[in-house]
Amino acid sequence: MSDIILETRGLTKRYGGVHALEDANFTLRRGEHVAVVGDNGAGKSTFVRQITAVEQKTAGQVFFDGQEVSFTGPLEAREAGIETVFQTLALADDLDVPANLFLGREIFRFRMGPFSVLDHKAMRARTLEALKTTAVKIPNVDNPIRNMSGGQRQCVAIARTAAFASKLVIMDEPTAALGVQETAQVENIIRGLKERGIPMVLISHNLRQVFDLVDRIVVFRRGRIVASLRKDETDGNDIVAYITGVKGNAEAAMA
Amino acid sequence: MPVAQATHGLGGLKDDPTKKSKPQELNVLIALIVIVAAFELVGRVFLGDSFLFNTRDNVDAIFNTARLQIIILQVSIVGIIALGVTQVIITGGIDLSSGSVVGATAMVTMSFAQTALVNGQPNPKAIFGDWAMDLPVLAPVLVGLGCGLFAGLINGALVAYTRIPPFIATLGMMVTARGFSRWWSNGNPISFPTESYGAIGKGMMPVLIFVALAVLFHLVLTQTKYGRHCYAIGSNEQAARMSGINVDRHKVLVFVIAGGLAALAAIVLSSKNLTAQAGMGVMYELDAIAMAVIGGVSLQGGRGSILGTVLGALIFGVIISGFTFLKLDAYYQEMVKGAIIVGAVVLDQWRQRGRSRG
Repeated sequence: MSDIILETRGLTKRYGGVHALEDANFTLRRGEHVAVVGDNGAGKSTFVRQITAVEQKTAGQVFFDGQEVSFTGPLEAREAGIETVFQTLALADDLDVPANLFLGREIFRFRMGPFSVLDHKAMRARTLEALKTTAVKIPNVDNPIRNMSGGQRQCVAIARTAAFASKLVIMDEPTAALGVQETAQVENIIRGLKERGIPMVLISHNLRQVFDLVDRIVVFRRGRIVASLRKDETDGNDIVAYITGVKGNAEAAMA
Repeated sequence: MPVAQATHGLGGLKDDPTKKSKPQELNVLIALIVIVAAFELVGRVFLGDSFLFNTRDNVDAIFNTARLQIIILQVSIVGIIALGVTQVIITGGIDLSSGSVVGATAMVTMSFAQTALVNGQPNPKAIFGDWAMDLPVLAPVLVGLGCGLFAGLINGALVAYTRIPPFIATLGMMVTARGFSRWWSNGNPISFPTESYGAIGKGMMPVLIFVALAVLFHLVLTQTKYGRHCYAIGSNEQAARMSGINVDRHKVLVFVIAGGLAALAAIVLSSKNLTAQAGMGVMYELDAIAMAVIGGVSLQGGRGSILGTVLGALIFGVIISGFTFLKLDAYYQEMVKGAIIVGAVVLDQWRQRGRSRG
């Protein structure tokens, strides 16, 4: 088994004539937490969408868990072990917390095709367990999540990701819309993932958070990776210099 | 919970988070009770008669059982349709075709349920030759179910695979199926079914069938993957897709089930009336939608229940009976029915807005 869980070689995505992502070479080792930073439109979310197959790449290769993969959709990526928290919440507001956690992967008492009977008890028990391991506090998991605050809903989405994460977690700006306390809670979940040795790609605008949480920082600028720096060999000013293009030039792509 | 809020950032909650939210059906039940009470009160004051209770001394009963039976009997056939419509609306769709599907199915079904001899004479309304006469009751029932399921399949396939809005797809089916039912026998009614076919909708049988189906689909919606995915798709179709639910296939299934239920309603109705006419089931689709909406099924999808729809159907029945009881014209019934439907939707919108404010 190789040390590398995720690798992209020459990953490229063009929308018509727009080069959203050019020749991205990226590696992620097992247990490693990497942040992807960059200005708006630098290609961060595009990069994630190619890996999770929400969109199909124009060119390049993706290697996951030792072999080349080309997922046809996000579901396949998930089944392979990549759990993603998308920028837009993928939650059903009218369902309660267990129903959301197990959406599309319900536990059944017995199977009868589409009319398979749900095992409410088992799903509820495993939900409480998952919330406990991720340290998410939800007052009443039996209420529809519509009645919850934005932060709590985000926590449910992240708890779902964390609970089922097997090989890789990707989070696309998980704290963008959250308050201070809620952000702290999400950061705790991320630290929990680190302790469990689950690798993560974190997209974030918040450099304080990035330096707090991850091992390595990858900077995107104009669709290219312009820097990949270990946390201890850089600082905030350095990263901002790369983001704004003061340092590093787009042709000297590093991995 | 000030402490918990401080440490876990639960700000922005408006209702007590530790309490289970109140089931919406409770409101519908209260509405039902209020409406019954209002009719009772108005009846006592203005007519000196009771709406609910037995006032005749010669019958030994507390309630006016005849009225109660009529209340539920007159809504049970449309109620069967409403069970299917409820599932369609929860999934975020709408079905305008069910009334016409009832008409078309009734015509076809009755054609296979005819008896050869009427009072010793050949059946004057015979559609087919001798081969289709006096068939076992299962034959017309299966043919009828097939009709409804097929109509539902077309509805579902149009919605899921051509991506046209359900409103348009089922509007097309509504017009087409009505045309089909007129074409089938050139507009002539089809009558004289076999005795066993006539037994399906006899007496209180429609009520029994309605209640049995309501219990069945209540369980299906609350206990099975199918039900869970109905709510998920109606609540957030994108999320359902991302969670790996086969949304298109599910929508087809929902419309097929709704078509099957419309067919069952047609079988019960034609059996009860011992005849099928091209104009059967006109406006049933709107009554069925109204029952669901009054019962708290949200037209935005994602919310509602079979229990709510059954209560909505009862409110419907109580209002019709109440107006008859007060000796008011049928015209008023229609007008008030319309107002109630709009009122129910307005209430739903208010609830929505109240929720999203948090």
